[in-house]
Amino acid sequence: MLNANTLAIAYLISAALFILGLKGLTSPSTARRGNYLAMLGMALAIVATLFNPVVQNYSLIFTGLAIGAVIGIVVALKIDMKAMPQLVAAFHSLVGLTAVLVAIGTFTEHATSGLVDRIMLVELGVGSFIGAITFTGSLIAFGKLQGILSGNPVVFKGQHLLNLVLGLVALALVIQFSQNSGLTTLILITVIALALGFLLIIPIGGADMPVVISMLNSYSGWAAAATGFTLQNNALIVTGALVGFSGAILSFIMCRAMNRSFISVILGGFGGSDDEETTAMQAANQGVKSAAVEDLAFMIENANRLIIVPGYGMAVAQAQHALKELTDILNEKEIEVKFAIHPVAGRMPGHMNVLLAESDIPYDQVVEMEEINPEFSTTDVALVVGANDVTNPAAKTDKSSPIYGMPILDVEKAKYVFVIKRSMRPGYSGIENLLYFRDNCSMVFGDAKEVCEALVAELKNS
Amino acid sequence: MTETITASGMSPAIVALFIFVLACFIGYYVIWGVTPSLHTPLISLTNAISGIIIVGAILVTGSEGATSLEQGLGFVAVTLASINIFGGFAVTQRMLSMFRKKEK
Repeated sequence: MLNANTLAIAYLISAALFILGLKGLTSPSTARRGNYLAMLGMALAIVATLFNPVVQNYSLIFTGLAIGAVIGIVVALKIDMKAMPQLVAAFHSLVGLTAVLVAIGTFTEHATSGLVDRIMLVELGVGSFIGAITFTGSLIAFGKLQGILSGNPVVFKGQHLLNLVLGLVALALVIQFSQNSGLTTLILITVIALALGFLLIIPIGGADMPVVISMLNSYSGWAAAATGFTLQNNALIVTGALVGFSGAILSFIMCRAMNRSFISVILGGFGGSDDEETTAMQAANQGVKSAAVEDLAFMIENANRLIIVPGYGMAVAQAQHALKELTDILNEKEIEVKFAIHPVAGRMPGHMNVLLAESDIPYDQVVEMEEINPEFSTTDVALVVGANDVTNPAAKTDKSSPIYGMPILDVEKAKYVFVIKRSMRPGYSGIENLLYFRDNCSMVFGDAKEVCEALVAELKNS
Repeated sequence: MTETITASGMSPAIVALFIFVLACFIGYYVIWGVTPSLHTPLISLTNAISGIIIVGAILVTGSEGATSLEQGLGFVAVTLASINIFGGFAVTQRMLSMFRKKEK
């Protein structure tokens, strides 16, 4: 059995290992070591806790650990990379639910032994509140990403007022709970928070999911920190703060990349309108040029450099493997290929990077927006695969556009631009992409994967 | 929870607040250093380490005076947190092993 000071030292070491672990993600070359350090930190924290003299009954703990390990590892190894956003949302919901269960369990155990003071009650109430919001909020995000629920925003009148009222009621109940320390009050707080988690996420549309995922990531951290306050456990407090800040910073980066305020994303209702699809024929009437795969292949063959701009459409069509083949062929022909990534491309931060890495595209060929933007003007061909709003020059020129001010990839500066797209349907913002009407831009209509495969075949023959 | 009086006379809640705020600063600087290409692994790694909440779950489950209801709550909590820990680390490892530099 370990005494309190030895335990504290163990937790201190594990918190330090977590910090070093996160620090490892500064570069892909140190990232794996970072993950190992974090694992070590976790193992140390768990083993130390098992030697806490308070812990007397081990069978249930070991059973739970074993079941969790099997489920967790099997899911992690089997999951399709395309489903990462859903998986992460599901994992966040587990942290949320755990926080609720720990808060309730801790409360009843301490209440019977009369060891609760007012501060602890507030901490318990807050812990359960954040945990419950994280739980249902993540479930809704999971449903939207998995396609169980519609990705469209669900908005009704008085929604924000209702959320505000529920939040205030919960706050009042936390204060009441610190006075009466009643289990019913704690449960009532939890139920309200469960409803709030649901209501907060339903109005947010599919393409705002990078913000939602980051935000729930942040909440799951704050839930852990609140539990740490209750248990006076510094490992939980430090880890919770790290995770909480990580999610908050990611949310900030995502909002900045869309030039939208965090509040406007949270209030929701943006995008998701399903307009009727315009066909290629109608597009031609609007002055949009369309090109055949052969034309595209010809232009690429004669180019010195190609920049590919992937977006969510690439993930949906699963075109990344065809793009890898394309990259290989062009490498043989000594044509330089780079990938340009917008921070909000995909459904979670860094989504495109993972999909491209999965199809074995080296990470040094995958370049972030700020770094690659100056290169478009000296590039012969830019190929847009399933990205839309993030290439729209209206963000720079049209003050009345809803996406005005959003940083975009300067695709239109390339000598020739080709856009692989199924139809002329507008992107998430619901507006026309001015890029398509530029003289140097041609559309290649079709499924991203099929077009890329045809392109590869064409280049192989030549 | 035993009443602990630190030498400085600070209450444990203030000590905890102290640690929390300083940890927030560490989080701020460390996370800004993370390369954007690893933002997805960052989310899955932070998700794994937020499973540290298992410490609370273990204390609830294993504590001597726990009723069977409390043991039940704790057991579910340990299981969920452990899915998160093992799943989170494993999926992070899987993703990170895919990030390769150009051979040559």
